[in-house]
Amino acid sequence: MSTELPESAVPPPTGADESSSAPSRRTFIATSTAVGGVVVAGGVFAGTVLADPEEASAAEKPPSSRVSLTVNGTRRTVTVDNRTSLLDLLREHFELTGSKKGCNAGACGACTVLIDGQRHNACLTLAVRLEDAEVTTVEGLADGDQLHPLQQAFIDQDAFQCGYCTPGQIVSGVGCIKEGHTNSPEEIREWMSGNICRCGCYVKIVRAVEQTAGRK
Amino acid sequence: MHPFTYTRVSDTREALNAGRGGGRYIAGGTTLVDLMRETVEQPETLVDISGLPLREITVAEHGALRIGALVRMAEAAAHPKVRVLYPVISEALELSASAQLRNMATIGGNIMQRTRCTYFRDVTADCNKREPGSGCAALHGFNRSHAILGTSDHCVSTHPSDVAVAFAALEARVHLLGPDGERQVPFADFLLRPGSTPDREQALRRGELITAVEIPALPRPLKSGYLKVRDRQSYEFALTSAAVALHVRGGVIREARIAAGGVGTVPWKLPEVEQQLIGERPSESLWASAAAKAADGARALQHNRFKVELLKRTVERQLRIVGGTK
Ligand SMILES: Cc1cc2nc3c(=O)[nH]c(=O)nc-3n(C[C@H](O)[C@H](O)[C@H](O)COP(=O)(O)OP(=O)(O)OC[C@H]3O[C@@H](n4cnc5c(N)ncnc54)[C@H](O)[C@@H]3O)c2cc1C
Ligand code: FES
Ligand code: FES
Repeated sequence: MSTELPESAVPPPTGADESSSAPSRRTFIATSTAVGGVVVAGGVFAGTVLADPEEASAAEKPPSSRVSLTVNGTRRTVTVDNRTSLLDLLREHFELTGSKKGCNAGACGACTVLIDGQRHNACLTLAVRLEDAEVTTVEGLADGDQLHPLQQAFIDQDAFQCGYCTPGQIVSGVGCIKEGHTNSPEEIREWMSGNICRCGCYVKIVRAVEQTAGRK
Repeated sequence: MHPFTYTRVSDTREALNAGRGGGRYIAGGTTLVDLMRETVEQPETLVDISGLPLREITVAEHGALRIGALVRMAEAAAHPKVRVLYPVISEALELSASAQLRNMATIGGNIMQRTRCTYFRDVTADCNKREPGSGCAALHGFNRSHAILGTSDHCVSTHPSDVAVAFAALEARVHLLGPDGERQVPFADFLLRPGSTPDREQALRRGELITAVEIPALPRPLKSGYLKVRDRQSYEFALTSAAVALHVRGGVIREARIAAGGVGTVPWKLPEVEQQLIGERPSESLWASAAAKAADGARALQHNRFKVELLKRTVERQLRIVGGTK
């Protein structure tokens, strides 16, 4: 059942997320603090940190749009700065930090989510474009306390070390299984190649996907 | 990322109006959003065209295959007609990017994608494509992945698309719709070599919309395929690649359509190689002698000299894979 949340406004993305210059350690920490400390009820993210004074003036009244989408079964309506990626919307405004930001450029898969049932990179998806979309993140896979079979398989197969890539791997694996690209370990490897694992857990990740696809 | 206004359009007229007014089309967004975040691209208005009815694959009466501009890469690759008629297209697509990106990205956006040259993507580096007149940092920089064909002193970057190599080989036509109506451009004229204006990349007029890519009918049976050589096995751009299509009848090659990727500033059609094959019988020595022509005119840079030999071998191997021997 879909629940409806009250509408909320989302201020411009933070400089560390969206400015052209690489985030300095300081802006990174400032942003992290804001994420940890200034999130208030209703999904409103206050106290935006602007890293770059040039961006500050440009961002004074940045164009924004209203968008209604469903995230893990909950209907949400928000007003977002047009620049906001789905990944930032999820992580910083909806407090769904399961989807990870690795490269922020489509090159690692850590941000993989399902949009209308298909796996996409949330970092390259502009939130304003998601009117009426159904988004599923790693947080939406389990059924109450019952883990999704692929989540369980990752534990059974010990398919991670640091775990940073894992949410993206699992969501991508769910998409891969649904697409039916699981007929051999080689096929799984190829169709899971959009998810990089710096810890090199590929062999076990393939086993976890195989286990869940029902091949053993 | 610079601020921008956003509009969604639901028919082509609306799109063209917005496009004529300077709006920038966004399809899958996998090139555009990435480059906007790097501030390489700074559009003031995004025009979301994903709702336009350009998502069909159809076979025209005369046997040509039309792929709508908004067909996703994954959809085109999986389409039964594409798989049966032009394996070279589905293979090129499935060897591109990742499953996630192929679910998002469109055929129109794919042929419009911009170079992956790191100096182009780095706004602090000199790049004539990004900032005309600033110079080309790649010319004497780290240019291992850069082009050896079609380069100029102003730009040496490659066109990174895989499926565009298949389109170039098959002599596709790009269907365009603009304020002045429809027109078609042969693929060879659609993507532009850098010359002294590397910032001009496509023969697209202001506000023009790609509506489809059409593959002309070719004599049957046609065997075709795509080979991609890269630094890792998947999720990586080509160092070299070859798209090959052959029509063999009575033991003799009657038609050959060949192009190479990863080596040119545009997908590189190889008419000299094609000419060597026409009228001949498939054989090991034919593949080798034809492929020997693949790098004619190549101009290697300091770090990409290996591509000259690699290109010939890539073409030779793909001729053997598609054409067999005997
Ligand atoms: C990590 C990574 C790896 C990749 N690897 C590969 C690879 O191996 N091989 C490969 O071929 N590609 C690869 N790509 C590139 C990818 O295929 C392209 O980004 C994608 O095809 C672009 O399509 P899109 O629909 O997302 O375009 P968008 O980003 O929406 O648009 C790109 C450009 O095209 C214009 N445009 C889009 N549609 C139209 C239209 N109908 N008419 C006029 N203009 C239009 C836009 O204005 C924009 O300028 C990779 C990308 C990433 C991020
Ligand atoms: S964070 Fe999206 S692909 Fe790396
Ligand atoms: S478990 Fe560490 S990156 Fe994959």
